[in-house]
Amino acid sequence: MREFELVVIGGGPAGMAAAIAAKKKGIDDLVIFERDDRLGGILNQCIHNGFGLHTFKEELTGPEYAERYADQVCELGIPCELGTMVLDITNDKEVTILSRERGVETVRAKAVVLAMGCRERPRGALGIAGFRPQGVYTAGTAQKLVNCEGVVPGKEVVILGSGDIGLIMARRMTLEGAKVRAVVELMPYSSGLKRNIAQCLDDYGIPLMLSHTVIDIKGKDKLEGVWVATVDERNAPIEGTEEYFPCDTLLLSCGLIPENELSRSAGIELSPLTGGPTVDESLETGAEGVFACGNVLHVHDLVDFVSEESVRAGENAAEYIKGKPASIGEPVAVKPGSGVRYTVPSKIYVESVTDSVHIRFRVTGVYKSAAIVVSCGDNEIFRKRGRIFVPSEMQDIVIKKDKLADISGEIEVRVEEAEK
Amino acid sequence: MTRELTCIGCPMGCTLTVEVENGEAVSVTGNTCKIGENYAKTEISAPVRAVTTTALTAEGIPVPVKTAQNVPKDKIFQVVEHIKRTTVTLPIKLGTVILEDAAGTGVSVVATKSVG
Repeated sequence: MREFELVVIGGGPAGMAAAIAAKKKGIDDLVIFERDDRLGGILNQCIHNGFGLHTFKEELTGPEYAERYADQVCELGIPCELGTMVLDITNDKEVTILSRERGVETVRAKAVVLAMGCRERPRGALGIAGFRPQGVYTAGTAQKLVNCEGVVPGKEVVILGSGDIGLIMARRMTLEGAKVRAVVELMPYSSGLKRNIAQCLDDYGIPLMLSHTVIDIKGKDKLEGVWVATVDERNAPIEGTEEYFPCDTLLLSCGLIPENELSRSAGIELSPLTGGPTVDESLETGAEGVFACGNVLHVHDLVDFVSEESVRAGENAAEYIKGKPASIGEPVAVKPGSGVRYTVPSKIYVESVTDSVHIRFRVTGVYKSAAIVVSCGDNEIFRKRGRIFVPSEMQDIVIKKDKLADISGEIEVRVEEAEK
Repeated sequence: MTRELTCIGCPMGCTLTVEVENGEAVSVTGNTCKIGENYAKTEISAPVRAVTTTALTAEGIPVPVKTAQNVPKDKIFQVVEHIKRTTVTLPIKLGTVILEDAAGTGVSVVATKSVG
Protein backbone atom coordinates (compact mmCIF):
# COMPACT_ATOMS: atom_id res chain seq x y z
CA MET A 1 0.00 0.00 0.00
CA ARG A 2 1.34 3.42 -0.95
CA GLU A 3 1.82 5.69 2.02
CA PHE A 4 1.99 9.49 2.08
CA GLU A 5 2.59 11.96 4.84
CA LEU A 6 -0.08 14.24 3.44
CA VAL A 7 -2.96 13.57 1.05
CA VAL A 8 -4.78 16.64 -0.28
CA ILE A 9 -8.20 15.85 -1.73
CA GLY A 10 -9.04 18.34 -4.47
CA GLY A 11 -6.83 20.42 -6.77
CA GLY A 12 -8.84 23.64 -6.78
CA PRO A 13 -7.73 26.85 -5.09
CA ALA A 14 -8.06 25.34 -1.60
CA GLY A 15 -6.15 22.15 -2.30
CA MET A 16 -3.37 23.91 -4.21
CA ALA A 17 -2.83 26.54 -1.49
CA ALA A 18 -2.85 23.91 1.27
CA ALA A 19 -0.38 21.67 -0.57
CA ILE A 20 1.96 24.58 -1.34
CA ALA A 21 1.88 25.70 2.31
CA ALA A 22 2.60 22.19 3.62
CA LYS A 23 5.44 21.72 1.14
CA LYS A 24 6.98 25.04 2.21
CA LYS A 25 6.79 23.81 5.82
CA GLY A 26 8.98 20.86 4.84
CA ILE A 27 6.46 18.17 3.95
CA ASP A 28 7.88 16.53 0.82
CA ASP A 29 5.93 13.30 0.85
CA LEU A 30 2.57 14.60 -0.27
CA VAL A 31 0.11 14.25 -3.14
CA ILE A 32 -2.89 16.09 -4.56
CA PHE A 33 -5.73 13.91 -5.86
CA GLU A 34 -7.83 15.79 -8.43
CA ARG A 35 -10.72 14.24 -10.36
CA ASP A 36 -10.53 16.71 -13.29
CA ASP A 37 -7.78 16.49 -15.91
CA ARG A 38 -6.23 19.79 -14.78
CA LEU A 39 -5.67 21.76 -11.61
CA GLY A 40 -7.71 24.87 -10.81
CA GLY A 41 -11.14 23.52 -10.01
CA ILE A 42 -14.05 25.85 -10.59
CA LEU A 43 -11.70 28.79 -11.33
CA ASN A 44 -11.17 27.34 -14.81
CA GLN A 45 -14.72 28.24 -15.81
CA CYS A 46 -14.82 31.58 -13.93
CA ILE A 47 -13.35 33.58 -16.82
CA HIS A 48 -14.56 36.93 -15.41
CA ASN A 49 -12.24 39.16 -13.41
CA GLY A 50 -12.29 40.22 -9.77
CA PHE A 51 -10.02 37.54 -8.31
CA GLY A 52 -6.77 38.15 -6.46
CA LEU A 53 -7.14 41.71 -5.16
CA HIS A 54 -6.14 40.60 -1.64
CA THR A 55 -3.59 37.93 -2.61
CA PHE A 56 -1.82 39.58 -5.54
CA LYS A 57 -2.97 43.22 -5.25
CA GLU A 58 -4.24 43.09 -8.80
CA GLU A 59 -7.43 42.05 -10.49
CA LEU A 60 -7.18 38.68 -12.23
CA THR A 61 -9.59 36.37 -13.99
CA GLY A 62 -10.28 32.94 -12.50
CA PRO A 63 -8.01 31.00 -14.90
CA GLU A 64 -5.16 33.49 -14.30
CA TYR A 65 -5.51 33.12 -10.53
CA ALA A 66 -5.56 29.31 -10.87
CA GLU A 67 -2.54 29.26 -13.15
CA ARG A 68 -0.41 31.22 -10.66
CA TYR A 69 -1.03 28.53 -8.04
CA ALA A 70 -0.74 25.65 -10.52
CA ASP A 71 2.65 27.04 -11.63
CA GLN A 72 3.80 27.08 -8.00
CA VAL A 73 2.62 23.50 -7.49
CA CYS A 74 4.65 22.55 -10.55
CA GLU A 75 7.77 24.56 -9.56
CA LEU A 76 7.76 23.06 -6.06
CA GLY A 77 7.48 19.58 -7.56
CA ILE A 78 4.32 18.69 -5.69
CA PRO A 79 2.97 15.41 -7.14
CA CYS A 80 -0.53 15.68 -8.58
CA GLU A 81 -2.57 12.71 -9.66
CA LEU A 82 -5.15 14.08 -12.09
CA GLY A 83 -8.16 12.17 -13.34
CA THR A 84 -8.22 10.56 -9.92
CA MET A 85 -11.46 10.31 -8.00
CA VAL A 86 -11.40 9.77 -4.27
CA LEU A 87 -14.08 7.19 -3.48
CA ASP A 88 -13.77 6.83 0.26
CA ILE A 89 -11.81 7.92 3.29
CA THR A 90 -11.81 6.32 6.69
CA ASN A 91 -11.28 8.07 9.99
CA ASP A 92 -7.89 6.36 10.32
CA LYS A 93 -6.91 8.08 7.07
CA GLU A 94 -7.05 5.31 4.52
CA VAL A 95 -7.99 6.90 1.21
CA THR A 96 -9.50 4.84 -1.62
CA ILE A 97 -8.99 6.30 -5.08
CA LEU A 98 -10.01 5.39 -8.61
CA SER A 99 -7.99 6.28 -11.70
CA ARG A 100 -7.61 5.05 -15.26
CA GLU A 101 -3.92 4.29 -14.66
CA ARG A 102 -4.13 2.45 -11.36
CA GLY A 103 -7.72 1.26 -11.05
CA VAL A 104 -9.05 1.14 -7.51
CA GLU A 105 -6.33 1.63 -4.94
CA THR A 106 -6.19 2.33 -1.22
CA VAL A 107 -3.43 4.56 0.13
CA ARG A 108 -2.57 5.52 3.68
CA ALA A 109 -1.91 9.07 4.92
CA LYS A 110 -0.58 10.56 8.13
CA ALA A 111 -2.70 13.64 7.54
CA VAL A 112 -5.45 14.58 5.11
CA VAL A 113 -6.60 17.97 3.88
CA LEU A 114 -10.21 17.98 2.67
CA ALA A 115 -10.51 20.49 -0.19
CA MET A 116 -13.37 19.10 -2.28
CA GLY A 117 -15.18 22.40 -2.71
CA CYS A 118 -18.93 22.71 -3.08
CA ARG A 119 -21.65 22.17 -5.61
CA GLU A 120 -24.79 23.96 -6.66
CA ARG A 121 -28.22 23.38 -5.17
CA PRO A 122 -30.05 21.50 -7.93
CA ARG A 123 -33.62 21.94 -9.16
CA GLY A 124 -34.74 18.86 -7.24
CA ALA A 125 -33.90 20.62 -3.99
CA LEU A 126 -35.96 23.71 -4.84
CA GLY A 127 -39.46 22.30 -5.12
CA ILE A 128 -40.54 24.08 -8.31
CA ALA A 129 -43.73 22.67 -9.84
CA GLY A 130 -43.91 21.57 -13.47
CA PHE A 131 -42.38 18.99 -15.78
CA ARG A 132 -38.69 18.34 -16.26
CA PRO A 133 -38.14 19.88 -19.70
CA GLN A 134 -34.81 20.46 -21.42
CA GLY A 135 -33.60 24.03 -20.79
CA VAL A 136 -33.27 24.10 -17.00
CA TYR A 137 -29.65 24.30 -15.84
CA THR A 138 -27.77 25.35 -12.76
CA ALA A 139 -25.90 28.59 -13.45
CA GLY A 140 -22.55 26.85 -13.03
CA THR A 141 -23.45 24.16 -15.58
CA ALA A 142 -24.36 26.88 -18.07
CA GLN A 143 -21.09 28.64 -17.21
CA LYS A 144 -19.13 25.50 -18.00
CA LEU A 145 -21.05 24.98 -21.26
CA VAL A 146 -20.38 28.54 -22.45
CA ASN A 147 -16.84 29.08 -21.19
CA CYS A 148 -15.30 25.60 -21.44
CA GLU A 149 -17.33 23.84 -24.14
CA GLY A 150 -18.14 26.85 -26.34
CA VAL A 151 -21.87 26.05 -26.33
CA VAL A 152 -24.50 28.67 -25.46
CA PRO A 153 -27.49 26.85 -23.97
CA GLY A 154 -30.29 29.24 -25.04
CA LYS A 155 -31.51 32.56 -26.38
CA GLU A 156 -34.14 33.77 -23.92
CA VAL A 157 -33.20 33.40 -20.29
CA VAL A 158 -34.70 33.77 -16.83
CA ILE A 159 -32.40 33.35 -13.84
CA LEU A 160 -33.75 32.17 -10.50
CA GLY A 161 -31.60 33.23 -7.57
CA SER A 162 -29.24 36.18 -7.42
CA GLY A 163 -26.12 34.41 -6.23
CA ASP A 164 -22.91 35.65 -7.80
CA ILE A 165 -22.77 32.88 -10.41
CA GLY A 166 -26.29 33.80 -11.53
CA LEU A 167 -25.37 37.48 -11.83
CA ILE A 168 -22.15 36.70 -13.69
CA MET A 169 -24.07 34.40 -16.04
CA ALA A 170 -26.68 37.10 -16.71
CA ARG A 171 -23.90 39.24 -18.18
CA ARG A 172 -22.18 36.32 -19.87
CA MET A 173 -25.33 35.14 -21.65
CA THR A 174 -26.04 38.75 -22.70
CA LEU A 175 -22.56 39.08 -24.22
CA GLU A 176 -23.18 35.82 -26.06
CA GLY A 177 -26.27 37.33 -27.67
CA ALA A 178 -28.99 35.94 -25.40
CA LYS A 179 -31.79 38.05 -23.94
CA VAL A 180 -31.89 37.81 -20.15
CA ARG A 181 -35.43 38.76 -19.17
CA ALA A 182 -35.03 38.92 -15.39
CA VAL A 183 -33.16 37.73 -12.34
CA VAL A 184 -35.72 36.53 -9.81
CA GLU A 185 -34.78 36.47 -6.11
CA LEU A 186 -36.89 34.97 -3.32
CA MET A 187 -35.32 37.08 -0.57
CA PRO A 188 -35.82 40.85 -0.19
CA TYR A 189 -32.07 41.27 -0.79
CA SER A 190 -29.60 39.79 -3.25
CA SER A 191 -27.31 37.01 -2.17
CA GLY A 192 -24.70 38.26 -4.65
CA LEU A 193 -22.12 41.01 -4.34
CA LYS A 194 -23.31 44.58 -4.92
CA ARG A 195 -20.65 45.18 -7.55
CA ASN A 196 -22.03 42.27 -9.56
CA ILE A 197 -25.53 43.75 -9.48
CA ALA A 198 -24.03 46.99 -10.80
CA GLN A 199 -21.76 45.58 -13.48
CA CYS A 200 -23.71 42.48 -14.52
CA LEU A 201 -27.35 43.59 -14.29
CA ASP A 202 -27.58 47.41 -14.21
CA ASP A 203 -25.03 47.81 -17.03
CA TYR A 204 -27.27 45.74 -19.31
CA GLY A 205 -30.66 46.85 -18.08
CA ILE A 206 -31.52 43.42 -16.64
CA PRO A 207 -34.21 43.71 -13.94
CA LEU A 208 -33.60 42.23 -10.47
CA MET A 209 -36.94 41.15 -9.03
CA LEU A 210 -36.53 40.86 -5.25
CA SER A 211 -39.14 39.00 -3.16
CA HIS A 212 -40.19 37.03 -6.27
CA THR A 213 -39.93 33.38 -7.17
CA VAL A 214 -40.62 30.96 -10.01
CA ILE A 215 -43.82 29.09 -9.13
CA ASP A 216 -44.33 27.00 -12.27
CA ILE A 217 -42.44 25.81 -15.30
CA LYS A 218 -44.23 25.54 -18.65
CA GLY A 219 -43.15 23.04 -21.30
CA LYS A 220 -42.91 19.27 -21.31
CA ASP A 221 -40.01 18.35 -23.62
CA LYS A 222 -38.55 21.83 -24.05
CA LEU A 223 -38.90 24.76 -21.69
CA GLU A 224 -41.41 27.33 -22.99
CA GLY A 225 -41.61 29.79 -20.12
CA VAL A 226 -41.90 30.32 -16.39
CA TRP A 227 -44.50 31.80 -14.08
CA VAL A 228 -43.12 34.28 -11.57
CA ALA A 229 -44.97 35.59 -8.51
CA THR A 230 -44.33 38.00 -5.67
CA VAL A 231 -43.84 36.38 -2.26
CA ASP A 232 -44.97 37.57 1.15
CA GLU A 233 -42.78 37.87 4.24
CA ARG A 234 -43.05 34.11 4.79
CA ASN A 235 -41.79 33.53 1.22
CA ALA A 236 -45.21 32.21 0.13
CA PRO A 237 -46.41 33.26 -3.35
CA ILE A 238 -49.13 35.95 -3.30
CA GLU A 239 -52.15 35.06 -5.42
CA GLY A 240 -52.89 37.47 -8.23
CA THR A 241 -49.25 38.60 -8.69
CA GLU A 242 -48.36 35.91 -11.25
CA GLU A 243 -46.51 37.05 -14.34
CA TYR A 244 -45.51 34.87 -17.32
CA PHE A 245 -42.05 35.09 -18.90
CA PRO A 246 -41.53 33.19 -22.15
CA CYS A 247 -38.01 31.69 -22.18
CA ASP A 248 -36.06 28.69 -23.47
CA THR A 249 -33.58 28.66 -20.60
CA LEU A 250 -33.94 28.81 -16.83
CA LEU A 251 -30.72 29.13 -14.86
CA LEU A 252 -30.68 28.30 -11.16
CA SER A 253 -28.35 30.20 -8.85
CA CYS A 254 -29.86 29.19 -5.54
CA GLY A 255 -26.97 28.53 -3.26
CA LEU A 256 -23.97 26.27 -2.89
CA ILE A 257 -23.60 23.21 -0.72
CA PRO A 258 -20.24 22.00 0.62
CA GLU A 259 -19.50 18.61 -0.94
CA ASN A 260 -19.01 16.35 2.06
CA GLU A 261 -19.90 12.80 1.01
CA LEU A 262 -16.32 11.75 1.78
CA SER A 263 -16.31 13.50 5.15
CA ARG A 264 -19.55 11.73 5.99
CA SER A 265 -18.17 8.32 5.04
CA ALA A 266 -15.24 8.98 7.38
CA GLY A 267 -17.73 9.66 10.17
CA ILE A 268 -16.62 13.30 10.48
CA GLU A 269 -19.09 15.51 12.30
CA LEU A 270 -20.75 18.07 10.02
CA SER A 271 -22.28 21.38 11.01
CA PRO A 272 -25.97 21.72 10.15
CA LEU A 273 -25.33 25.47 9.79
CA THR A 274 -22.55 25.38 7.19
CA GLY A 275 -22.93 21.89 5.73
CA GLY A 276 -19.18 21.53 6.27
CA PRO A 277 -17.18 19.76 8.98
CA THR A 278 -17.06 21.32 12.42
CA VAL A 279 -13.50 22.43 13.03
CA ASP A 280 -11.36 23.96 15.75
CA GLU A 281 -9.08 26.98 15.38
CA SER A 282 -6.47 24.90 13.52
CA LEU A 283 -9.12 23.83 10.98
CA GLU A 284 -8.82 20.24 12.20
CA THR A 285 -12.07 18.29 11.89
CA GLY A 286 -13.45 15.86 14.44
CA ALA A 287 -11.13 13.19 12.96
CA GLU A 288 -7.58 13.58 14.20
CA GLY A 289 -5.16 14.70 11.48
CA VAL A 290 -7.93 15.50 9.01
CA PHE A 291 -8.15 19.20 8.17
CA ALA A 292 -10.67 21.08 6.01
CA CYS A 293 -10.48 24.35 4.09
CA GLY A 294 -12.17 26.31 1.33
CA ASN A 295 -15.71 25.72 0.15
CA VAL A 296 -15.91 22.20 1.56
CA LEU A 297 -15.70 23.81 4.99
CA HIS A 298 -18.03 26.74 4.38
CA VAL A 299 -19.01 28.53 1.18
CA HIS A 300 -16.81 31.55 0.46
CA ASP A 301 -17.50 34.51 -1.80
CA LEU A 302 -13.83 35.45 -2.35
CA VAL A 303 -11.21 32.99 -3.56
CA ASP A 304 -8.59 35.12 -1.80
CA PHE A 305 -10.14 34.10 1.53
CA VAL A 306 -10.11 30.46 0.39
CA SER A 307 -6.40 30.65 -0.33
CA GLU A 308 -5.60 32.32 2.99
CA GLU A 309 -7.65 29.80 4.96
CA SER A 310 -6.11 26.89 3.05
CA VAL A 311 -2.58 28.05 3.82
CA ARG A 312 -3.49 27.77 7.49
CA ALA A 313 -4.93 24.27 6.96
CA GLY A 314 -1.81 23.17 5.06
CA GLU A 315 0.55 24.59 7.68
CA ASN A 316 -1.38 23.05 10.54
CA ALA A 317 -1.40 19.68 8.74
CA ALA A 318 2.39 20.01 8.39
CA GLU A 319 2.74 20.76 12.11
CA TYR A 320 0.60 17.74 12.92
CA ILE A 321 2.73 15.48 10.72
CA LYS A 322 5.89 16.79 12.39
CA GLY A 323 4.46 15.72 15.73
CA LYS A 324 2.94 18.85 17.22
CA PRO A 325 1.25 17.76 20.44
CA ALA A 326 -2.50 17.28 20.33
CA SER A 327 -4.72 20.19 21.31
CA ILE A 328 -4.30 21.15 24.92
CA GLY A 329 -7.08 21.37 27.48
CA GLU A 330 -10.79 21.66 26.89
CA PRO A 331 -12.08 23.64 23.93
CA VAL A 332 -14.17 26.79 24.31
CA ALA A 333 -17.28 26.73 22.12
CA VAL A 334 -17.82 29.57 19.64
CA LYS A 335 -21.52 30.23 19.11
CA PRO A 336 -23.38 32.41 16.60
CA GLY A 337 -25.38 35.01 18.51
CA SER A 338 -27.97 37.50 17.34
CA GLY A 339 -27.62 38.32 13.63
CA VAL A 340 -24.94 35.69 12.96
CA ARG A 341 -25.71 32.52 11.01
CA TYR A 342 -22.64 30.42 11.80
CA THR A 343 -19.02 30.65 12.86
CA VAL A 344 -15.90 28.86 11.67
CA PRO A 345 -14.31 27.57 13.86
CA SER A 346 -17.01 26.36 16.21
CA LYS A 347 -14.53 25.69 19.01
CA ILE A 348 -11.16 27.03 20.11
CA TYR A 349 -8.45 25.27 22.10
CA VAL A 350 -7.26 28.48 23.74
CA GLU A 351 -3.99 27.04 25.05
CA SER A 352 -3.06 25.76 21.60
CA VAL A 353 -3.44 29.20 19.97
CA THR A 354 -0.02 30.48 18.96
CA ASP A 355 -0.66 34.08 17.99
CA SER A 356 -4.22 34.82 16.95
CA VAL A 357 -7.44 33.17 15.82
CA HIS A 358 -9.49 33.88 12.70
CA ILE A 359 -13.24 33.71 13.15
CA ARG A 360 -15.24 33.70 9.93
CA PHE A 361 -19.00 34.00 9.72
CA ARG A 362 -21.93 35.40 7.82
CA VAL A 363 -24.63 37.73 9.10
CA THR A 364 -28.29 36.76 8.76
CA GLY A 365 -29.61 39.98 7.21
CA VAL A 366 -28.65 43.47 6.08
CA TYR A 367 -27.33 45.54 9.01
CA LYS A 368 -26.46 49.21 8.55
CA SER A 369 -24.23 51.17 10.95
CA ALA A 370 -23.86 48.13 13.16
CA ALA A 371 -21.05 46.53 15.14
CA ILE A 372 -19.64 43.01 15.27
CA VAL A 373 -19.15 42.08 18.90
CA VAL A 374 -17.38 39.05 20.31
CA SER A 375 -17.89 38.37 23.98
CA CYS A 376 -17.51 35.72 26.62
CA GLY A 377 -20.10 36.22 29.31
CA ASP A 378 -19.82 39.89 30.31
CA ASN A 379 -16.30 40.10 28.96
CA GLU A 380 -16.20 41.86 25.56
CA ILE A 381 -13.12 40.70 23.68
CA PHE A 382 -13.63 42.23 20.24
CA ARG A 383 -15.67 45.01 18.62
CA LYS A 384 -15.69 46.27 15.06
CA ARG A 385 -18.00 48.91 13.65
CA GLY A 386 -19.07 48.86 10.02
CA ARG A 387 -21.22 50.95 7.70
CA ILE A 388 -22.97 47.88 6.35
CA PHE A 389 -22.90 44.12 6.90
CA VAL A 390 -24.67 41.90 4.34
CA PRO A 391 -25.19 38.12 4.14
CA SER A 392 -23.42 37.92 0.77
CA GLU A 393 -20.09 39.00 2.28
CA MET A 394 -18.25 36.66 4.59
CA GLN A 395 -16.84 38.42 7.61
CA ASP A 396 -13.33 37.66 8.80
CA ILE A 397 -12.13 38.88 12.19
CA VAL A 398 -8.84 38.19 13.91
CA ILE A 399 -8.65 37.87 17.69
CA LYS A 400 -5.27 38.12 19.37
CA LYS A 401 -4.25 35.41 21.80
CA ASP A 402 -3.98 37.82 24.76
CA LYS A 403 -7.68 38.67 24.41
CA LEU A 404 -8.45 34.99 24.96
CA ALA A 405 -6.28 34.68 28.09
CA ASP A 406 -8.83 34.62 30.88
CA ILE A 407 -11.99 33.47 29.23
CA SER A 408 -14.22 30.69 30.40
CA GLY A 409 -17.54 29.47 29.04
CA GLU A 410 -18.79 30.11 25.54
CA ILE A 411 -17.63 32.75 23.09
CA GLU A 412 -20.47 34.48 21.30
CA VAL A 413 -20.26 36.40 18.01
CA ARG A 414 -23.17 38.76 17.39
CA VAL A 415 -24.28 41.82 15.47
CA GLU A 416 -25.15 44.83 17.58
CA GLU A 417 -27.43 47.27 15.82
CA ALA A 418 -27.01 51.00 16.34
CA GLU A 419 -29.52 52.61 18.67
CA LYS A 420 -32.14 54.45 16.67
CA MET B 1 -27.33 66.90 -9.37
CA THR B 2 -26.56 64.01 -7.05
CA ARG B 3 -26.00 60.48 -8.31
CA GLU B 4 -25.63 57.28 -6.35
CA LEU B 5 -23.25 54.64 -7.69
CA THR B 6 -22.01 51.24 -6.55
CA CYS B 7 -18.24 51.06 -6.81
CA ILE B 8 -17.14 48.03 -8.84
CA GLY B 9 -13.47 48.43 -7.92
CA CYS B 10 -13.44 45.57 -5.44
CA PRO B 11 -15.88 43.15 -3.81
CA MET B 12 -16.72 45.61 -1.01
CA GLY B 13 -19.01 47.47 -3.41
CA CYS B 14 -19.08 50.84 -1.62
CA THR B 15 -22.13 53.00 -2.20
CA LEU B 16 -20.83 56.28 -3.65
CA THR B 17 -22.66 59.59 -3.56
CA VAL B 18 -21.48 61.83 -6.37
CA GLU B 19 -22.17 65.52 -6.88
CA VAL B 20 -22.33 66.13 -10.62
CA GLU B 21 -21.96 69.47 -12.39
CA ASN B 22 -21.86 69.82 -16.19
CA GLY B 23 -21.33 66.09 -16.63
CA GLU B 24 -18.32 65.98 -14.28
CA ALA B 25 -18.06 64.62 -10.74
CA VAL B 26 -17.17 67.49 -8.41
CA SER B 27 -17.28 65.56 -5.14
CA VAL B 28 -17.39 61.89 -4.14
CA THR B 29 -18.37 60.56 -0.72
CA GLY B 30 -18.99 57.07 0.64
CA ASN B 31 -15.81 55.59 -0.83
CA THR B 32 -13.34 53.73 1.37
CA CYS B 33 -10.32 54.21 -0.86
CA LYS B 34 -8.95 56.04 -3.87
CA ILE B 35 -10.34 53.41 -6.26
CA GLY B 36 -13.87 54.57 -5.43
CA GLU B 37 -13.10 58.22 -6.12
CA ASN B 38 -11.44 57.43 -9.44
CA TYR B 39 -14.24 55.06 -10.41
CA ALA B 40 -16.91 57.70 -9.70
CA LYS B 41 -15.12 60.37 -11.74
CA THR B 42 -14.67 58.10 -14.76
CA GLU B 43 -18.15 56.63 -14.40
CA ILE B 44 -19.74 60.08 -14.60
CA SER B 45 -17.65 61.47 -17.46
CA ALA B 46 -16.79 58.42 -19.61
CA PRO B 47 -17.61 55.00 -18.11
CA VAL B 48 -15.24 52.12 -18.89
CA ARG B 49 -15.24 48.38 -18.24
CA ALA B 50 -12.90 45.44 -18.57
CA VAL B 51 -14.35 42.83 -20.94
CA THR B 52 -13.90 39.10 -20.40
CA THR B 53 -15.16 36.54 -22.89
CA THR B 54 -13.90 33.60 -24.95
CA ALA B 55 -12.26 33.39 -28.36
CA LEU B 56 -12.61 30.20 -30.34
CA THR B 57 -10.13 28.04 -32.20
CA ALA B 58 -11.03 26.81 -35.69
CA GLU B 59 -12.22 23.60 -34.02
CA GLY B 60 -14.52 25.56 -31.69
CA ILE B 61 -12.46 25.17 -28.52
CA PRO B 62 -12.97 28.24 -26.31
CA VAL B 63 -9.97 30.14 -24.92
CA PRO B 64 -10.75 32.66 -22.18
CA VAL B 65 -9.58 36.22 -22.95
CA LYS B 66 -9.75 39.72 -21.49
CA THR B 67 -9.15 43.26 -22.61
CA ALA B 68 -5.70 44.32 -21.36
CA GLN B 69 -7.22 47.62 -20.18
CA ASN B 70 -10.73 48.93 -19.70
CA VAL B 71 -12.67 49.89 -22.81
CA PRO B 72 -15.50 52.45 -23.16
CA LYS B 73 -18.70 50.93 -21.81
CA ASP B 74 -20.61 51.67 -25.04
CA LYS B 75 -18.02 49.66 -27.00
CA ILE B 76 -18.45 46.40 -25.03
CA PHE B 77 -20.60 44.66 -27.63
CA GLN B 78 -18.36 45.75 -30.52
CA VAL B 79 -15.32 44.44 -28.64
CA VAL B 80 -17.01 41.08 -27.99
CA GLU B 81 -18.07 40.95 -31.65
CA HIS B 82 -14.49 41.62 -32.82
CA ILE B 83 -13.18 38.88 -30.51
CA LYS B 84 -15.79 36.45 -31.94
CA ARG B 85 -14.46 37.12 -35.46
CA THR B 86 -10.92 36.32 -34.31
CA THR B 87 -9.69 32.73 -34.54
CA VAL B 88 -6.99 31.60 -32.11
CA THR B 89 -4.58 28.75 -32.66
CA LEU B 90 -3.30 26.31 -30.04
CA PRO B 91 -1.14 25.97 -28.12
CA ILE B 92 -1.55 29.38 -26.55
CA LYS B 93 0.15 30.80 -23.46
CA LEU B 94 -1.50 32.96 -20.81
CA GLY B 95 -0.88 36.61 -21.71
CA THR B 96 -0.56 36.06 -25.47
CA VAL B 97 -2.07 38.97 -27.42
CA ILE B 98 -4.81 37.64 -29.69
CA LEU B 99 -6.00 41.05 -30.93
CA GLU B 100 -3.96 44.29 -31.05
CA ASP B 101 -6.78 46.81 -31.28
CA ALA B 102 -10.22 45.62 -30.25
CA ALA B 103 -12.97 47.41 -32.21
CA GLY B 104 -10.94 50.58 -32.64
CA THR B 105 -10.52 51.15 -28.91
CA GLY B 106 -6.73 50.88 -29.11
CA VAL B 107 -6.91 48.24 -26.37
CA SER B 108 -5.43 44.77 -26.92
CA VAL B 109 -7.03 41.46 -25.98
CA VAL B 110 -4.98 38.74 -24.26
CA ALA B 111 -5.49 35.06 -23.44
CA THR B 112 -6.09 34.44 -19.72
CA LYS B 113 -5.27 30.73 -19.72
CA SER B 114 -2.62 28.50 -21.22
CA VAL B 115 -4.40 25.99 -23.45
CA GLY B 116 -3.04 23.05 -25.43
